Amino acid sequence: MAVLILLSVILTASGVYDHIAQWAGAGTAVPVTGFANSIASAAIEHRSEGFVLGVGASMFQLAGSVIVFGVFAAFVVALIKTALTLLGGS
Amino acid sequence: MLHGHQTWVFSNRPTILSAAAVGGPFEAKGPLAEDFDILHGDLWLGQDSYEKAEKKMLEEACETAIKKAGLQKQDIQFFLSGDLMNQIISSSFAARTLAIPYLGLYGACSSSMESLALGSLIIDSQSGNYVLCGTSSHNAAAEKQYRYPTEYGSQKPPTAQWTVTGAGVAVLGSQGEGPQVTAATIGRVVDMGVTDPFNMGSAMAPAAVDTITAHFRDLRVSPGDYDLIATGDLGRVGHKIAGDLLKKHGLEIPDNIFTDCGLLIYCEDQPVVLAGGSGCGCSATVAYGHILNRMKKGELKKVLIVATGALLSPLSYQQRESIPGIAHAVSIEYDH
Repeated sequence: MAVLILLSVILTASGVYDHIAQWAGAGTAVPVTGFANSIASAAIEHRSEGFVLGVGASMFQLAGSVIVFGVFAAFVVALIKTALTLLGGS
Repeated sequence: MLHGHQTWVFSNRPTILSAAAVGGPFEAKGPLAEDFDILHGDLWLGQDSYEKAEKKMLEEACETAIKKAGLQKQDIQFFLSGDLMNQIISSSFAARTLAIPYLGLYGACSSSMESLALGSLIIDSQSGNYVLCGTSSHNAAAEKQYRYPTEYGSQKPPTAQWTVTGAGVAVLGSQGEGPQVTAATIGRVVDMGVTDPFNMGSAMAPAAVDTITAHFRDLRVSPGDYDLIATGDLGRVGHKIAGDLLKKHGLEIPDNIFTDCGLLIYCEDQPVVLAGGSGCGCSATVAYGHILNRMKKGELKKVLIVATGALLSPLSYQQRESIPGIAHAVSIEYDH
């Protein structure tokens, strides 16, 4: 997984990733490569606006919603699991 | 002078004294590369942001056009310009460099003919002797603002278009030798409910048809009176729709007359452009470079440029608004 992330970031930085993605579609979007690309591309794009308000603020422009809904989904799953454990235990 | 419902006829015949087209690396690989005055191999143009690169291109186009007309910056009374950036910064910042009295316009990609129509009106009404009309667009700057980061790997549908990196500028004068602007039809905003920003050709085609039919109705002319009728940036999809809609309106324009700047600017072997070119720079560089060059060679005598614009913003699209389209038509004649 770390190799995929690193590879995705390197390909994004060298300007090749977007061409591969146009051809591969979900093949590059679904694995973690798509997630790494969304962060790396946004960071590169907003470099011209500075490190804090540019890179820092815009880095998760696309990946932010993945994290928000990912964390929320994990919370819901954890609630269900806890409830089932409690019911099973009683 | 108003003619019909929405058309101006310029009896004093404002003349395009000179024009300049500046393009980027993709345009340099296209079939019209010869018609550009300056071509850049690098999207950055030596600047540290794409926005600054776009401004630089517009400045270069303005300077080249003024120089070609044999004029100085201080001879130009007004500068009319528009672009796609938020708050039209490319135009305003280029106007800051030029220090020419400036009117900023926004008609999305129709800004090229909007500025030419208004510039002609200024000359025709003797409110100025020399007017500079221009527009610019930059592929990466537009992608960043309207869509995703340029290096983001999203898959685009075949209906999507490629924003042209380019700037086109014309110097209009009240006297002199060159192609003359004879009429301009100002278009209405037409919205047929298309919501897909990756299919802007379809969103703009009805607006182009509305303006073309209005032009012929107001001036009582027919498509046969023109050697070329070129829409701005409908691309393959929009061009087909516009042709079909015109037929429904009883206006059949032959294929050898009816074309689209977005189709002319790139070759078939540039698949990344998908349905064709778009952006303010598309109609401006093709009209002021390729089409004017053909007029100067005597291949075309009377042309109608119908610049089309999609008046959406990233915000309006996210709020699920449909995409309103607009088109402005300018008729240019050149008799040697």
